Amino acid sequence: MRDNSELIHFIFGRLTWAAIPFHVPILVYTFIVVAILGIALLATITWMGKWGYLWREWFTSVDHKKIGIMYMVLGIVMMLRGFSDAIMMRLQQAMAFGGSTGYLPPEHYDQIFTAHGVIMIFFVAMPMVVGLMNVVMPLQIGARDVAFPFLNNFSFWMTVAGAILVMLSLFVGEFARTGWLAYPPLSGIAYSPDAGVDYYIWSLQIAGVGTLLSGVNMVVTIIKMRAPGMTLMKMPIFTWTALCTNVLIVAAFPVLTAVLVLLSLDRYVGTDFFTNDFGGNPMMYVNLIWIWGHPEVYILILPLFGVFSEVVSTFCGKKLFGYASMVYATVVITILSYLVWLHHFFTMGSGASVNSFFGITTMIISIPTGAKMFNWLFTMYRGRINFDVPMLWTMGFMFTFVIGGMTGVLLAVPPADFELHNSLFLVAHFHNVIIGGVLFGLFAGINYWFPKSIGFRLDAFWGKVSFWFWLSGFWFAFMPLYILGLMGVTRRLSHFDDPSLQIWFQIAAFGAALIFLGILAFLVQIYVSIRNRDSLRDHTGDIWGGRTLEWSTSSPPPDYNFAFTPLVHELDAWADMKQRGYQRPEQGFLPIHMPKNTGAGVILAFLAMVCGFAMIWHIWWMAAASFIGLIAAAIVHTFNYNRDFHIPAAEVARIEDARSRLLAQQA
Amino acid sequence: MLPRVLRRLLMPLLAVLMSGCSAVVLHPSGDVALQQRNLIVASTVLMLLIIVPVMVLTGWFAWHYRQSNTKAHYDPDWHHSTGLELVIWSAPLLIIIALGAMTWIATHTLDPYRPLGRLAAAKPVPEGTRPLKVQVVALDWKWLFVYPDYGFATVNELAAPVDVPIEFQITASSVMNSFFIPALAGQIYAMPAMETQLHAVINQPGSYEGFSANYSGAGFSDMRFRFLGKSQADFDLWVQSVKSGGGALTREGYLALARPSEREPVKHYAEVAPGLYDLILNLCVQPGKMCLRDMMKIDAKGGLGMAGVYNVGRLAYDRPPALNAGQAEPPTGLAYVLALCATPGPLWSPAPPAASAAAGN
Repeated sequence: MRDNSELIHFIFGRLTWAAIPFHVPILVYTFIVVAILGIALLATITWMGKWGYLWREWFTSVDHKKIGIMYMVLGIVMMLRGFSDAIMMRLQQAMAFGGSTGYLPPEHYDQIFTAHGVIMIFFVAMPMVVGLMNVVMPLQIGARDVAFPFLNNFSFWMTVAGAILVMLSLFVGEFARTGWLAYPPLSGIAYSPDAGVDYYIWSLQIAGVGTLLSGVNMVVTIIKMRAPGMTLMKMPIFTWTALCTNVLIVAAFPVLTAVLVLLSLDRYVGTDFFTNDFGGNPMMYVNLIWIWGHPEVYILILPLFGVFSEVVSTFCGKKLFGYASMVYATVVITILSYLVWLHHFFTMGSGASVNSFFGITTMIISIPTGAKMFNWLFTMYRGRINFDVPMLWTMGFMFTFVIGGMTGVLLAVPPADFELHNSLFLVAHFHNVIIGGVLFGLFAGINYWFPKSIGFRLDAFWGKVSFWFWLSGFWFAFMPLYILGLMGVTRRLSHFDDPSLQIWFQIAAFGAALIFLGILAFLVQIYVSIRNRDSLRDHTGDIWGGRTLEWSTSSPPPDYNFAFTPLVHELDAWADMKQRGYQRPEQGFLPIHMPKNTGAGVILAFLAMVCGFAMIWHIWWMAAASFIGLIAAAIVHTFNYNRDFHIPAAEVARIEDARSRLLAQQA
Repeated sequence: MLPRVLRRLLMPLLAVLMSGCSAVVLHPSGDVALQQRNLIVASTVLMLLIIVPVMVLTGWFAWHYRQSNTKAHYDPDWHHSTGLELVIWSAPLLIIIALGAMTWIATHTLDPYRPLGRLAAAKPVPEGTRPLKVQVVALDWKWLFVYPDYGFATVNELAAPVDVPIEFQITASSVMNSFFIPALAGQIYAMPAMETQLHAVINQPGSYEGFSANYSGAGFSDMRFRFLGKSQADFDLWVQSVKSGGGALTREGYLALARPSEREPVKHYAEVAPGLYDLILNLCVQPGKMCLRDMMKIDAKGGLGMAGVYNVGRLAYDRPPALNAGQAEPPTGLAYVLALCATPGPLWSPAPPAASAAAGN
């Protein structure tokens, strides 16, 4: 008997039936629904015989446009999960008053707010931002793909692997109950002995590798692969923000990796970096995680500043006002984002001079940000503004984000922060900038570039419905939180005593319901657009009268993006080409050298995921085997010399002729 | 578009004003919190100087330059104006210079570590005032307050006389918390094995809410206490009632109290084991443990070399076996330094059976 149990322990580590939450009805129902939907999806794919297609054309694709689209799909799917968490929290906080502890016990509620934060930042905002950069940036600089196409595919699948681990924690074991940054000592082995924090660590580590590699990839792409003539100061503004963001990724993500390694050592090996014992110091963790965490905020927002710049100038039919000052503002923000991390913990007891320093550096960031705001404003000035869906989102952003910026500067004043830190005011602030900035920007970007990457535009009516629900929902959901913060209500509480607070939480829950309708309208928008794709189709490739190179090629672009690499003379290269009477070349095509698809990324990421799962559950043999497999597979892949091919000139000519005919029909 | 936008902006502001009475951050009762409130209001007004024009301009431009308004001037190539760019960089810069100066001054005057300079506006601290000292320990999930000058302690209830400076020394037993009484003063983290400080004063008698403002685990939501601002006479009465209530907080008693529990009722202890707060801060309440202070002193002098190895086993504070503090096995074997800082009392002697049973509960 004893031998048997040792054997089971060897095989399954600490994974037992007790880890499966049969006793939590919500999770069992969720699991049943997810299982039914999953089986239905898999069955449909099988029935339609699409596995081969998916594998060849998408999963193994190294085409930056397809990888970008897959990133977006991942982000949208994970947004549904992250938003379910949000709705559950809003319901809980609206209900749990006066003796009632709501419908979620603390051990469940604490996982939900942790998962909500982790998922929304790492598996919604990050994939969507990276996806947008993937789709757009190479097209904007006139490149045929990114610098390292295979790496791009591998990065994507590592992000998926991380996301799968987080989702798995819902049904196998539990997620961390520590808050989204997992401060020790709470996240240490002494106070969180179960698998939750390990899920957190390994899903972020695996996804973090993907993000870091993708950052390296894009920096190299922007530095080395711009079309001839595109000097740095002739680069589209979105590409500039992408460059700054990826520089931030390359510099910041190793810090996250390192701090999570230290935390893992504490948890697995018994070191004392962040414990109370033996000279360990949790304050070190808090510093390190925010040295990554603050740049992360700018990693998310900078590319969206780029999106707004592109959208404003396109939909105002005008050059962007103050391009150079926009670029300098972006670079200044990039540099300053490293000098402000301590404002996340003024209350930890640093001296007044240290606190003032970080408070003031934080305020200084609002100067370039303010300049950007004015630049958008003066781009509208003497423009001719077309309030199509992307521009609506931009307007929503301009009205919403300034409030978030203002409360952010307020929180940067240390004595004010002492009263507002960790309160719902803070929660309202960062949702104000992340929803009002990042998410509104993503929706602007999706509506703007969807026709470019898919070939037909999104339905405008449902886009507007979605916009208005999101905007009003946001204000209803988060203004009450500002007020509650001023009433001294702190974050992460699962129930309350004071009944006078309840009305505000109910208003916030109503706002969340409006946002739910906004998300629903967005899904309807996609569905309706796919159904009406023929009437929404864009044959010109330049549906909005764009100004940058991506609008010079067809929608969707051919695999090779550009039959001939464009020559750039001016900022806003495509507007310049149009103005000078650009003629599409219709002959003289050459074979085009392209990278070949490979399944190595999927395999490597799968092995990494297995390794992570085994580490979480202490299944040492599996961890060792999958790690060795990971290294071996990576080495084997280096011997694959069959990595590229040429699209024959005749094929290029055929595709370009088809486009010529389409354009002639339009004219 | 404009009126709708304005309405949307004004609504929450109005709501805040209407709910003013319960917005404790905006209507505090202590001088420090009051100054912090004033700073919040002043910074907000300063920033609105630029935010409001931006929002008005955004609304106006959006309306005026709409596509259907063909009368509006359209200039697709206008994209640069040195004068205007100078303005859009310098306007925020000026605001930030003003705000930065305010920040520098306020951060220093309202530094929680700095003894109070005044009791209220135009009310300096009288000569020879002895501040009330309170030692705060955040436990899982309740608050322990030790009054070292009075020698008593309370759980989940804190009282102070009005217009007397209070000096808090703050630490925690296990994980990070944040000590926060919004009506009194801003918060400061409570961290194990570390001490933070807070200086504050309460100006109006009343019963205020205090809580942990940093998530600390399952019982966090109920980690609340009452802070009572009392007139000097009422405070003296309260001290009398605590002192006459009896009960003592021994080291064993503390170890039992420190175990995780939720919704702990208010408790009073007329006596406290001498130096208890110091022992908590140095993670050596458990008899026989070396205090951090001693460890650091030895390490600072170069350590004990191989002999130090014997000590290591005794240091474990929050390893899983040690977590069951009261039930931990007494350390055995050699040890070179034990609790030098420990106050008079048994350093390590086998606890009498009755005491260890009490600690075990």
